[in-house]
Amino acid sequence: MLKPSIQMFLRNKFSAYVVVAVFLMLAVFTGISIGTIYIPFKDIAVLLSHHLFGTALQGIDPSFDNIVWKIRFPRVLLAGLVGASLAVAGAAFQGLLRNPLADPYTLGVSSGASVGAVMVLFFNIYLPFFGGFTLPIVSIAAAIVTIFIVVIFTRLIDRSMKVETIILTGIIFSSFLGSVISLMIALTGEELRQIIGWLLGSVSMRGWDYIQLIFPFFLVGTFVLIVQAAELNAMSFGEEKAQHLGVNVRQKKMIILITGSMLTGAAVAVSGTIGFVGLVIPHFIRLLWGPDHRHLLPLSALAGAGFLILADLVSRTIISPAELPIGVITSIIGAPVFAVILLRKRWKGRTT
Amino acid sequence: MIQAEHLTGGYGHTDVVRGLSFSVKKGELFGILGPNGSGKTTLLKMISGVVPITEGSLFIKDKQLRDYKPKELAKRVAVLPQISSQSFAYTVKETVSLGRYAHQSGFLPIWKEEDEQAVMKAMRQTGTDRFADVTLDALSGGERQRVFLAQALAQEPEILLLDEPTNHLDLSFQKDLLDLLKRMTTELDLTVVSIFHDLNLASLYCERLLLMEGGELRSLGLPSEVLKEKSIHEVYKTEIHKQPHPEVPKPQMSILPERTAEEEADVTIDHTFMSQNDEFIALESPIVLKTLSAGVIGAGWGWHRSFVNRHVDKNYSHPAYKEDMRNFLKERSFDVNETVGMMTAVHLHTAAYQFMEVEGVSVFTVVTAGVGNAVDISRSAEHDRLFLPGTINIWVFANGHLSEEAFVQAVMTATEAKVKALVDQGVHDPLTGSQATGTSTDSILIAATQRGKKQEFAGSISPLGQAVGQAVYNCMIRALSSNSRRGS
Repeated sequence: MLKPSIQMFLRNKFSAYVVVAVFLMLAVFTGISIGTIYIPFKDIAVLLSHHLFGTALQGIDPSFDNIVWKIRFPRVLLAGLVGASLAVAGAAFQGLLRNPLADPYTLGVSSGASVGAVMVLFFNIYLPFFGGFTLPIVSIAAAIVTIFIVVIFTRLIDRSMKVETIILTGIIFSSFLGSVISLMIALTGEELRQIIGWLLGSVSMRGWDYIQLIFPFFLVGTFVLIVQAAELNAMSFGEEKAQHLGVNVRQKKMIILITGSMLTGAAVAVSGTIGFVGLVIPHFIRLLWGPDHRHLLPLSALAGAGFLILADLVSRTIISPAELPIGVITSIIGAPVFAVILLRKRWKGRTT
Repeated sequence: MIQAEHLTGGYGHTDVVRGLSFSVKKGELFGILGPNGSGKTTLLKMISGVVPITEGSLFIKDKQLRDYKPKELAKRVAVLPQISSQSFAYTVKETVSLGRYAHQSGFLPIWKEEDEQAVMKAMRQTGTDRFADVTLDALSGGERQRVFLAQALAQEPEILLLDEPTNHLDLSFQKDLLDLLKRMTTELDLTVVSIFHDLNLASLYCERLLLMEGGELRSLGLPSEVLKEKSIHEVYKTEIHKQPHPEVPKPQMSILPERTAEEEADVTIDHTFMSQNDEFIALESPIVLKTLSAGVIGAGWGWHRSFVNRHVDKNYSHPAYKEDMRNFLKERSFDVNETVGMMTAVHLHTAAYQFMEVEGVSVFTVVTAGVGNAVDISRSAEHDRLFLPGTINIWVFANGHLSEEAFVQAVMTATEAKVKALVDQGVHDPLTGSQATGTSTDSILIAATQRGKKQEFAGSISPLGQAVGQAVYNCMIRALSSNSRRGS
């Protein structure tokens, strides 16, 4: 789905895309292959090619087809989409807010989505027509409502919507919504496990329906953000600089804010709050291939997808047959990695 | 190119800039001056469209600023702000390439050959091409500033706005940058509007200056019209002294440091500071004196502490007599940089000195006079040009605070006294036989303590002039007569 942009940038950063694409493919195959039943790579290739391109199925155990196509592949795909969405949104927010520590959750969007989801669990809400989709739909709606409230509130404080104001507003809303969630948790009796489990994030047992839910958001969001790559580059030098360079700062800022938040909201809605992907992956890519958003965004998407697929693999195999919440794994891996990145930066800064 | 009328605007509800009207012509280097908080940066931001204009109109070329789309404006106007923030480690080339943003269009813009050319050119002009692939955080403040200048130039603007562009640059890059801007205004017709903190740089490089005070226009015009001691003093609320640049016809402002009590203490120069032997007469002042002199070294305007009149042989001839004089002084442990040195063939015991006080102004003069090569100035064309050690050397030490005008008048007064003494002594030009007015190699020194009472004038009937005239005349007569008694 990133093909046009990949082709466009092939000239410069060819190797970067090759490395990241190989990493993603490996992650996908490993993710599908490992589990209670081992499935060889070759069989996976044949099965996927059968479903995607209609090639013949020969000599494959029919039970594999079920495991791959009905269970593991959707799971891997969902993990990939969530990881890619969070990484792209994180990269975009960091550029826009000129703050390397910003992540998709900085603006309170995830808290909004969480409040929506926890409310569904807490009150046992069932929307007519949507049935089992009530939770993600309410969650996305809550995320979107949150963005608009944050943006409107920011504009009330400061008409020019400086990034500092946006960050502050985001923090206020995050804290407030966080306390609403805490309140609901405190008042919950038996549903506690379910709520906590959702909050810590998971991509298990979601199936193709959830992929259909997040896919349009991912596709549109990622495309829109990648189109704004040059503006993000300009804006990471400051809003005034961006305006001097000819960027329509207010308009572009709005587009990036809303798109990034939608991406985040959609990801949170289908999988819960999964931390550190949006923070660590863009950092890692920047460290290896520089901060140019034209490459940073697509590379982050690919690497984020691969990372979350592997994290999910770990979460379901490490204490098999039980599963750990994926958010725990990303944080356990992500936090130390981030610490190392920061330390390395610090050392680099000292020697130069 | 830029036309501002009654321009008013600022942040929020307060107008920082009020009722400013001015215009900038195409290809002009236009400077904005003013103390901190006078609204310079706000004005610049209004021109670049960052700070809103609440009243008045601002035309860029033929169009109101508010009618420009951001990209359209960026193709005309580029800005180099005082501080450019950078949160991520972009390379120099990536940073400069961003300057082409306004020239690109479409969903997935294509990098064209002309974009590459513009970027390379801008990097060459600013000398940043040699670190094209280095990241910004590895550069020094000055280098980074040049990278952002390259970025602004890559926009290929018609107007360049700069906010104290020389801030982080060392002396040679300050000059290089301003020379580059100046060249671009003349060769490419680029219009440059720049804020300056340094009045002297602004004076040197700008064609016209705008001086702001409290958000309003204080004065507008040529550097010589704007940089007036009085208005700069009033606007900046500080003591400054204006003087001409030594090589360029532009005014320069010097700040005057506050004087300490010690620096104010009165000092009187008299014979007690003088020493004499067969080789030289020296006067060592306890403080540094402001001097105007013609001699072998330390000539012109300056500040000096030691004064040496060296005896040389009548046939002294040295191809590098200045160097010889320096070595002479060094060997006798004088500080060459703080010394005014003269030469004379006259025997030093014939020197005459006198302390004279008129109406509270005192001068101390030292004269050595020999008239072997006396000249009638009206017939000087008949003389050969040879370097001969000066034969009438006059030192005048004035104990007072002299204006520059007083220095020049002191030279005139001393010279008149010298001529009068030559007339009274009946000294003749040996070549023409007519009345001599001096010798071919006379030297003079006027030195002043610059403390105590202000002395605006030293004309012949001012108190200072009277003291100078009488003391020089008396010394001349005495020196000439003791010299003729020696029969030389």
